[in-house]
Amino acid sequence: MTTAETGHSTIVERLARGETLISDGGTGTYLQAHGLEPGGCPEEFNASRPDVIRGMAKAYFDAGSDLVLTNSFGGSRFMQKKYGYGDRVREFNRLAAEHARSQAPPGCHVVGSVGPTAEFLQPLGAVSENEMYDAFVEQITSLEEGGADAVLIETMTALEEAALAIRAAKENTGLIVIATMTFDKGPRGFFTMMGITPERAVVELREAGADIVGTNCGNGIELMIEIFRQMREATDGYLLVHSNAGIPEMKKGAIIYPETPQFMAERFKMLAGLGANIVGGCCGTGPEHIRALHAALRG
Amino acid sequence: MPIHNEGLQQELGHVTEPAELARIMAMFEHGDPIMHDIAYNLIIGNHHEVDRLTKEALDNGYSANTLLDDGLISAMAIVGVKFRDNVIFVPEVLIAARAMKAGMVHVEPILSASGIEPIGTVVMGTVKGDLHDIGKNLCIMMLRGTGFKVYDLGVDTKPQAFIDAVLEHGATLVGMSALLTTTMPNMGKTVAAIEEAGLRDQVRIMVGGAPLNPEFADDMGADGYGKDAMACVDLAKKLMGADQLAVPEPIPAKK
Repeated sequence: MTTAETGHSTIVERLARGETLISDGGTGTYLQAHGLEPGGCPEEFNASRPDVIRGMAKAYFDAGSDLVLTNSFGGSRFMQKKYGYGDRVREFNRLAAEHARSQAPPGCHVVGSVGPTAEFLQPLGAVSENEMYDAFVEQITSLEEGGADAVLIETMTALEEAALAIRAAKENTGLIVIATMTFDKGPRGFFTMMGITPERAVVELREAGADIVGTNCGNGIELMIEIFRQMREATDGYLLVHSNAGIPEMKKGAIIYPETPQFMAERFKMLAGLGANIVGGCCGTGPEHIRALHAALRG
Repeated sequence: MPIHNEGLQQELGHVTEPAELARIMAMFEHGDPIMHDIAYNLIIGNHHEVDRLTKEALDNGYSANTLLDDGLISAMAIVGVKFRDNVIFVPEVLIAARAMKAGMVHVEPILSASGIEPIGTVVMGTVKGDLHDIGKNLCIMMLRGTGFKVYDLGVDTKPQAFIDAVLEHGATLVGMSALLTTTMPNMGKTVAAIEEAGLRDQVRIMVGGAPLNPEFADDMGADGYGKDAMACVDLAKKLMGADQLAVPEPIPAKK
C-alpha cells in the first residue's frame, strides 16, 4: 500500500527520512515455545492456531517493533509439499499476513517472510527456473492479498534463487522487496553455503531489484556486525540485520540461545550507529530482546 | 611417478598443509597418467570424461581397485580439502560428486562381484522430524568418495529405522544429521533406542548439523561430532580404526 492509500509512510519512505526501523524477533523459536512440536509445520499454525500467531504479532508490536514478519518462512509449495500441505499454500500465506495485519497499529508494517525452497536449481538440482519462479509468485501474491506491505526474502544462500524471488515480487506485486542472505565464517572469511560473499550479495541482490538488502540468521550479533561492515563497504543503500541470539548451547539439559536482550541491545545500537537501517532478531530472540532494542534506540 | 597433468598439479596447489599434501601426494604416486587424468576430471566435475576414461581404463586391464583408489578416492580427497578451506562451495562439490558417480557406476559392480570389502558400512539419515538433507547428502558423497559403503535413510528418520538399517546392512557406523535445534534432541533419543535394542556396543555413532557442537554430541551419548563433510570422513575413519580392539565386528547382514 502506498502513502496515498493509507496516509502512512512506507518502509522505504521512513528510511529515506533517516529513521532506523525496529524489526521483530524470531518466529520459529517463538512458536516452539508456544506449542509447535519439534519438526512440526509452522505455517499450518496459521490455520489451526490463529490465537498463537496473532499473539506473537501483538507481542512484537507491543515490544516496539515497527515491522513484524509473517509466519510464512517455509510457505513455498516446495516446503509445504514435504509436510503434506502442498494444496494449502495460498491459504497459509494469506492467513499469515492477515494475522499479523490484524495486530498492526496504524503506521506499522507487515512484512511477508519468504525462506528458501530447500531445492537446487537445474543443473545442480531438479527444479527449473520457471517452477521456482511460479512457486515464489504463488507465495508472495498470497502474502500481498493477506495484507503484507513488504516481503522479506530471507536466509538465502543461492543468488539465483534469491533473484527469482525478487523478480517474482517485483513483477507481480506492489510490495517493497527486502532480500537477505545467511553467511558462515570459514577459513577465508564469510561466505554463504553456495560461496557468495557479503559484498557480492549486496551488489547482486540490489541489481536483481531489491529495495533493501542485508543479512539474517546463522550467527550471533558480533559476527553479524562484521558481516554488516563488509556490506556497508559495498553500498550506500539500505541495509537490514536480523541477528540470532548467539549459537545454541546446552544448559541444564535445555537448549538455549545465550545472548541476552541487554547484550544484543547495546550491539544493535552500535549497528544503527554504523549505518544499519533496519535491525531486529532472528532465531532465539523474543519480545524481550525487541523491548531492550527499542529502549536502546529510542528510550 | 611424476604428475604430468598440469591441471592436477595446479589442483594440488590448493593443498597447503604440508602433512596433508604429503598424504595426498602419496595417493597420486601410485597412479599413472591415466589415473591422474581421471582424478583431474573428477575434481573439475567433468563427468563425461570420468565416465569415458574409467570405462576405457577398465577395458584396458586396469583393476577396479586401482581405479577406485588412484583415480576416484585420491581426487575426492582434494575436493574435500578445497571445500573445507573455502576454495570451493556446495555447487562445485555436487558437480564433483556427480563425476565420481559416473566413475563408480563402472567400478562398483566389479568390486562387489569380487567381494572386496568397503572400509566401513554406514547407515545415515536426518533425524525424526527434520526434513533438511543438504549437509547429510554432502557427508554421504564424501564418505562414498573415500571408500565407505553408505546406506542413505533419507530425512525424518525414526529411531527404529536406524536400528532396522543397522541390522539389515550389518553397519558398524551410524551417522545422524539435524538442522533444527528442536529436532536435535531426537538424536539423543535415537542413541537411547539403539542402546535399548542392544546394538550400542556394535556400532559407533557420529552426529553433525548446524546447531551441533562437540558438547552436544557428548551429552547425547554419540561417539563423535563432525563439523562438515570433510570432518565427517576423518571422524568415520577414526571411529573405524582408532583402536582395533574397540572396532566392532560387523553384524552379519540379513539375507
